[in-house]
Amino acid sequence: MTDKPLTRNITIGEPTDLSAYEASGGYQAIRSTIGKLSAADVLDMVKDSNLRGRGGAGFPTGMKWSFVPMDKTPDGPKGHKYLVCNADEMEPGAFKDRLILEHDPHQLIEGMILSAYTIDADIGYIFIRGEYHTAAKRLRDAIMEAKLKGYLGENILGTGYSFELYLHSSAGRYICGEETALLNSLEGKRAIPRAKPPFPQVSGLWGRPTIVNNVETLCNITHIVAFGADWFKSLGLGDDSGTKLFGVSGRVKNPGCWELPMGTPIREILEDHAGGMQDGYELKGFLPGGASTDFLLPEHLDLAMDYDTIMKAGSRMGTGTMIILDDKTCPVAMVRNLEMFFARESCGFCTPCREGLPWIYNILDDIENGRGRPEDIEILERQGAFIGAIGNTHCAHAPGAIEPLSSALKFFAEEFNQHIEEQRCPYSHASGPKSGRTH
Amino acid sequence: MNLAEENMISALSEQEITEIEEEISHLPNRQSAAIDALKIVQGYRGWISDESLIAIAKILQMSTEELDGIATFYNLIFRYPVGEKVVLFCDSVSCWLMDGDKVCAAIKRKLKIDYGETTSDGKYTLLPVTCLGDCDHAPAMMIGEELHHDLDAANVAQLFDEPGEKAS
Repeated sequence: MTDKPLTRNITIGEPTDLSAYEASGGYQAIRSTIGKLSAADVLDMVKDSNLRGRGGAGFPTGMKWSFVPMDKTPDGPKGHKYLVCNADEMEPGAFKDRLILEHDPHQLIEGMILSAYTIDADIGYIFIRGEYHTAAKRLRDAIMEAKLKGYLGENILGTGYSFELYLHSSAGRYICGEETALLNSLEGKRAIPRAKPPFPQVSGLWGRPTIVNNVETLCNITHIVAFGADWFKSLGLGDDSGTKLFGVSGRVKNPGCWELPMGTPIREILEDHAGGMQDGYELKGFLPGGASTDFLLPEHLDLAMDYDTIMKAGSRMGTGTMIILDDKTCPVAMVRNLEMFFARESCGFCTPCREGLPWIYNILDDIENGRGRPEDIEILERQGAFIGAIGNTHCAHAPGAIEPLSSALKFFAEEFNQHIEEQRCPYSHASGPKSGRTH
Repeated sequence: MNLAEENMISALSEQEITEIEEEISHLPNRQSAAIDALKIVQGYRGWISDESLIAIAKILQMSTEELDGIATFYNLIFRYPVGEKVVLFCDSVSCWLMDGDKVCAAIKRKLKIDYGETTSDGKYTLLPVTCLGDCDHAPAMMIGEELHHDLDAANVAQLFDEPGEKAS
């Protein structure tokens, strides 16, 4: 047993190949599970483990799976059920899944086989972003290795269970990470989120029951099955189970990604692992879990990084990869950069998101460039309240975009006002290239 | 299929058609291979011309307009010619915090192009891209399929061939 199950095989450099993965106990979990335990037994284990989705939303994985209909499905194409791995890591500031995809691809494959068995899926897809060429190549090789060894394909290890796994390399766009947009993209369509219900568990890929899970979530399944739900729960420091891949980027001494117990205090991640701020820089605030999470402040450093604690503090743990705002960087310019991203990546399907985000970006650009008007703050707040409310837009893209904006307006109000009053950016880097309007 | 339609498909190579059919073989319908097919053809030709688009649409048995709606939705499908190597520069927040703007300005000076443009020798096209997932080594970019990181405005220009040099 280990206290770092996700990264135990990872040494930076060459990926863990099949023999190294097997030597570390790899593919034992499928031998001891498939054909020996029922799907319901494994589902109970996952439910007991209290594993929550690592893609950012933190939805309980066992509960998500329990909505998949398990009655006998017809044979042939009409009877397919699908398991999809969301490896479309594209949240700004998130760099955790690539670590596993590039360095321990078999860990994901074994996790997918076990997960597929639990929901009785016969076909799986790994949906990987198009820019992850190294990861895609290593996954392709690993799928081939696993197939030759009988871990994938028809009649796995003679158990009678069959699971085919395919890799789909995407063609871009952040919205593909939204699970129903991802399904449309896998179907060869534009990646526009679908209306829910029906939920993918009932009607997903090509109208069939489908589960979409993040890379890190699926990798955890292998270890839960191998070492048990109680062990998994014991890894977390608080109420949340397991470990988490945490990351820090920005002006810190040692930016990086580490596997740590769920519930590790933010201060420990930032100071012990990331080495604290670079000399000459002070911490001004941070986004705890990627671009679409609310800012937190130095006063929040002693909070535990777990889903509920960060939620109570008014933000979200999201992907667990923190982005640091230092005291030499203009918060208005940082939010402008974030909103440029969200405006560009809107799928364009619904009007509040398609039109509202560029409007917000343009106002922020005006404020940053010394053209802000006193009424702009109110417009930003009103717009934020409107498109940030769940239900006013087709999916969670625009609400996610509003999280850093509304928290910045609250925490950095003084800086926003100063920009408008002085008609300039008071920070020294303000002379940087003008970014230009998005519309 | 009439002769005219066959001629349209013949805009694609046998190899391209084989690879597209291979993708279709494990999908429930031909249209589902749209993105794979676009990527296969772009892999050989660098971009998707109108002729390629029409041919792919015929193979997939869908309208050219519908396929174009898909092709233009995705930022890694190019409907205009691009350089030998596409430079994807990350303009997301972690790279921006680490002076990514300055690095990008240095690249634009070196290549004498702005975002969306191709160098006069046809070697490089520069495009912005969403977070490349390499934030602990920001700023980062891709030149073709190769990831470059820990970029510095002072020496980023060295990563590019001089105009007219043979691509390395």
